[in-house]
Amino acid sequence: MEKRAVFKSWWLPILFALPQILLILLFFYWPAIAVMKWAFTLEPPFGGVAEFVGLTNFDEVFADPFYWNSVAVSLIFALCGTCFTILVGLVLAIAVDRRLPGSGLFRFLYILPYAIAGPAAGMAFRFILSPERGLMASVNAAFPDFWNPAKYGAHALILVIVIFAWKWTGYTFIFLLAGLQSVPRSLTEAAAMDGAGPIRRAIDIQVPLLAPTLFFLLVIMMTEGFVGSDTFGIVHSTTGGGPNHGTEVMVFRIVDEAFKGLNYSGASAQSIVLIGLIMLFTFIQFRFIEKRVHYK
Amino acid sequence: MRLTVLQSALASILAATAFGAGPAHAEKTKFEFWYGLSGDLGERVQDACKKFNDMQADYEIVCTSQNSYDTTLQNTIAAYRAKKQPAITQIYDAGTLDMMLSGAFVPAKKLMADNGYTIDWTNYFSGIANYYATAGGELNSFPFNSSTAMFYYNVDAFQKAGIDFKPETWEEVEEAARKLKAAGFDCPLGFNFDTWQMMEQFSAIHNQPIATQGNGYQGLDAELVFNKTKFVDHVKFFKKMVDEKLFVVKTKQLGMDIVPAFTSQTCQMIQTSIADHGTIGKTLPEGVKWEVAMLPVWKGTQRQNSLVGGASLWVMAGRPEAEYKGASAFLNFLATPEMAQWWSTVTGYIPVTKTGFEAMKANGFYDKAPYKGRELAIASLTYTPTSQNTRGIRLGGFTQVRKEVSTALEAIFMQNADVQAELDQAADRSNAVLRRFEKTYAGQKLN
Repeated sequence: MEKRAVFKSWWLPILFALPQILLILLFFYWPAIAVMKWAFTLEPPFGGVAEFVGLTNFDEVFADPFYWNSVAVSLIFALCGTCFTILVGLVLAIAVDRRLPGSGLFRFLYILPYAIAGPAAGMAFRFILSPERGLMASVNAAFPDFWNPAKYGAHALILVIVIFAWKWTGYTFIFLLAGLQSVPRSLTEAAAMDGAGPIRRAIDIQVPLLAPTLFFLLVIMMTEGFVGSDTFGIVHSTTGGGPNHGTEVMVFRIVDEAFKGLNYSGASAQSIVLIGLIMLFTFIQFRFIEKRVHYK
Repeated sequence: MRLTVLQSALASILAATAFGAGPAHAEKTKFEFWYGLSGDLGERVQDACKKFNDMQADYEIVCTSQNSYDTTLQNTIAAYRAKKQPAITQIYDAGTLDMMLSGAFVPAKKLMADNGYTIDWTNYFSGIANYYATAGGELNSFPFNSSTAMFYYNVDAFQKAGIDFKPETWEEVEEAARKLKAAGFDCPLGFNFDTWQMMEQFSAIHNQPIATQGNGYQGLDAELVFNKTKFVDHVKFFKKMVDEKLFVVKTKQLGMDIVPAFTSQTCQMIQTSIADHGTIGKTLPEGVKWEVAMLPVWKGTQRQNSLVGGASLWVMAGRPEAEYKGASAFLNFLATPEMAQWWSTVTGYIPVTKTGFEAMKANGFYDKAPYKGRELAIASLTYTPTSQNTRGIRLGGFTQVRKEVSTALEAIFMQNADVQAELDQAADRSNAVLRRFEKTYAGQKLN
């Protein structure tokens, strides 16, 4: 049985959609158009006459070695963050799906970090993983300088990835759990009767049937890692992009360039490149990975 | 962070309603003042606003902290673009040129003359005024919270280590550091990557340029040259001291910044602003003897005046005429000798006018224990008449330049990068910032 609302007049649906359309125009298209304009001009901070400079802003961005550094850092951050959140989320989901005692409680606990704001998580982990006072202090006491995110860029990058993964695993977990619960019980039960162990069942039956969910999460998490507000919040509250550009992800660099450097034009050019990159990734994912995803 | 803004907004609304409820008061002209100080210093700004509001019946100033200097500049720009700018805003030293070229302000002298106040502009210490004035000496903004960098050392630790001199040269600092180390002090001198003391103040007192064109005063085509001056040797010296564990990096990221490192007696020597004099006096345990001195120079150097730091008050263009009457009344109020003295006492900032300073000296302010030593900041600022290299720094996008240099210092001290190569790179990148600034303001001239 199909239910469908039928609108008798043409203006009523438009009226209902209007608030949403206005919001999108106001908060998405308007700033986006301003960014497009600024990227090709030299925008004075206080406003006034902006001179058209063509592609100069882009040339400057591409000529900057630290810009390419931020692209690399962003890539590592998003890739590692995506892998972590999906893999750990999958393991947790399979565990909870087993309906062992207490899985209801764990389902609740696993999703909890998602409700915590990025900067707050960042501040908490700054203490938890502080080289002098936190969990790593005793390790550092035995092996001096084993862990020092203030000194080593790689350590700092691990730190921000861990925080990101901690925050977002609950999100992937919920999707994967929902996906698992839609896998027909009869399939796994039949496999169990044929003598397949839990790991074999997960690899051969559950994961392939989860492919659409996994693909969706891949796209979402890559985008989130690249441009998500948490990415900025975490980096801003923990490492401030340092040490020595070690955790300077693209979004952080854009904010820094615009507001610290008052270089609105350069930041706009970087934003446009970032949007282009995201589109490219999404395209690649749909073009090459989605082909291997089978929807029912 | 957000809470304080909310709180102050709430407080001002409450104050406004409470006031509106009062009977028989004529309508007051309200105007806004945004400032960048926070914490204890921010509270003192609120006190000043309250004093002003209590004193007269015509105007009401609404003061709102923007939490830090850079957010104040950012918010002022955003507000100006949206035509919602405050009447007065506090902009830090590094934002001076950005403001000067913005065309978005009313020059200090014009504002006061238009509103019938006569101010003796020569009363300002020239080292302070020059930073905020046109090349011709006309003040654009009002010097407000002014400071300079000083050298602090722990006298108790010095005595324990058997040091019987005051370190006036870097050679003596090294000697003191070695003795402190030998006496078992782990951090003889603590420092961070803040370029204000390490590069700007150092360059001024050694009469070294940071940029060509008189540090930018003579044109937007200035180029940075800090990678070719004595500053390079100075960084190399610091590097050597760090390698010998005589100087120790202390930053927030590493868990402790320099001022807490000094007040917790972890480090025995630091260079920081005179504005921290109050905090240091209050935080060090009672009975600990400490001293403040002018920044050390290298032996054989003819010491020059140091640079003023802190911020100044800018009056924004495009407000209703009535607000300018209020704003000028407030600025005149701040400039009175009583207010100047009060402000200087409760903070640590120096009095910006000669009469203010003389009055405080005459009162015996600087003879008493908690304030003793603060007069050295004035001595440092006025040590010599200003030269091309000590007048100030007038470079566009200077926040970014500072960031490039401090990133270079971070790489040098934390990751063993080559001193010359890193500073060269920082200079190149900073020059790119200046060139972009020059292009953005093409056709405009420095006045």
